[in-house]
Amino acid sequence: MVTIDQSDNIAAGTRRPLMDRIAERSGSDFLITLAGCVLAFLYLPIAVLIIFSFNESRTLTLPLQGFTLDWYSKMFSNADLLAAIGNSLYVATFAVSLTLVIGIPAAFALDRLSFPGKTVFRRLILMPIALPGVITGISMLNLFRVVGFNLSLETVILGHATALLAVTVTQIYARLQRLPRSMEEASADLGASPIQTFFFVTLPNIKAAIVGTALICFTLSFDEIPVTFFLTGRDNTLPMYIWSTLRRGITPEINAVGTIIILVSVVLIVFSVWLLHEPKKD
Amino acid sequence: MKLQTRKRIATLGVLSPPVLWALIFLFIPYLIMFTYSFYLKKFPTFEPAFQFGNYAQLVTDAQYYQVLFRTAKISIMVGLFSVLLGYPFAYFLVFKIKSDRVRAMLYMAVIVPLWVSYLLRAYTWKTILGSEGILNSFLVWSGILDAPTDIFLYNQFSMVVTLTYIYVPFIVMPAYASLEKIPRSLIEASKDLGVRPLRTFWSITLPLSSPGIAAGMTIAFCLTFGDFIAPALVGGPNGFMIANVLTSQFGAALNWPLGAALSIVTLLIVLTIISLSDTLQRSGKLELE
Repeated sequence: MVTIDQSDNIAAGTRRPLMDRIAERSGSDFLITLAGCVLAFLYLPIAVLIIFSFNESRTLTLPLQGFTLDWYSKMFSNADLLAAIGNSLYVATFAVSLTLVIGIPAAFALDRLSFPGKTVFRRLILMPIALPGVITGISMLNLFRVVGFNLSLETVILGHATALLAVTVTQIYARLQRLPRSMEEASADLGASPIQTFFFVTLPNIKAAIVGTALICFTLSFDEIPVTFFLTGRDNTLPMYIWSTLRRGITPEINAVGTIIILVSVVLIVFSVWLLHEPKKD
Repeated sequence: MKLQTRKRIATLGVLSPPVLWALIFLFIPYLIMFTYSFYLKKFPTFEPAFQFGNYAQLVTDAQYYQVLFRTAKISIMVGLFSVLLGYPFAYFLVFKIKSDRVRAMLYMAVIVPLWVSYLLRAYTWKTILGSEGILNSFLVWSGILDAPTDIFLYNQFSMVVTLTYIYVPFIVMPAYASLEKIPRSLIEASKDLGVRPLRTFWSITLPLSSPGIAAGMTIAFCLTFGDFIAPALVGGPNGFMIANVLTSQFGAALNWPLGAALSIVTLLIVLTIISLSDTLQRSGKLELE
């Protein structure tokens, strides 16, 4: 509009950037709105869960009825629920330990060693990350049936450790790749055995990544359903307990449990992401 | 000589636990499943055999191939909608946010829900979309609706909403990574040559970030394909997906051979999609060099 009194050529030359600027501005506005919507979409359900865990009414409808802590006290007096939480802690602790004990050498082997069948080994280990959890669960169920194992929390631990191996290996492998070889070479030159080098040089350097991975695996195990569904015996883990109550109907008690789970896992996750991304100094 | 032996022992020590684990808990179970898929069902269990009846049943029995098609349809829709939401978000983070701290925080804000209880997040949608749920009570309370409606829950719509909600972060991560890698000089050069922003996007940014989109869509597709929680919670009678059928074959229906065959088919579909997407991403990378 400013350029009306100027010649056609210049007008064409300036009008275009102006229109572009308008286009870019509206493009930006559109993107901001959309980004806001995406965040709202992601956090609305979580907010709903937390808000309704304090709502007096039994049904999850609007408007809100009033503030109460009843669902939390109900939760703490529910023996089945507490047993399920205990089971989940037991399973997650041992599954994470196992997956680290197996996964760290696996990541190390994939990064530093060459051996026959390496590609097959990598594909096999990473399989559970791409495949539906149900298939991992069913195939392990087949194995336990063939060898005659009774299903129990221990078989669930083996299942979780196997499914989480893919996560552990990917995370530790990524960290190992960023680790300069020179330190290990120096250690070897100074006469340390490979095992000494591993425990005194490599391991301390990937400590943060290991803790980060452990936390992520812990939350994943704590929330795992598909594998647990097939491998558990009479004992329920927490998600399996929630799952079976959900099928009977919704109670605000679940919201109370959910709120606590979400708060704890957000803390663990933020901490672990920080640990996994921290080392930029080297 | 001595050092060599010591090295070999160390290598073996590092290698054997994970290799044995992969063999016992991954390779052998898959092998058993593969074997079962040729067995014959014989109530209440099954007997060893070598026949393709189970696979034939999957192809000829409408009940099964329809579930396969429905699962594929829903997975594709979830992949598409996740990209439509996740890609612009990643673009916004990379190109529109100036402060590194804000960008890191927003990125974190998208990633965190990914790790937070999948079950609880899926279940919350049930409480939001149900006929007595939050959406309905809000619509009635505000006068938009006279009576609660049941069109929001227990159908493919609720399933696509719930699954898209869960897989958006899976798109943001790879899309962000690939957008971040695009040299800014290319975009500036295009701008300097007088190319419109939208055309710059279509001919430079979008093609160069397509590997990230492909990676994200593959993850969303594969994970949706094997999901059994969302269909069971919000899917309703017409929302059964492969994983639910699998579950029933190994449970109530007690037809392990058929279930094994279906598992193998699912496995093959997922692996095919992954390797296709790998090839696609690799060819996309070549273009950049």
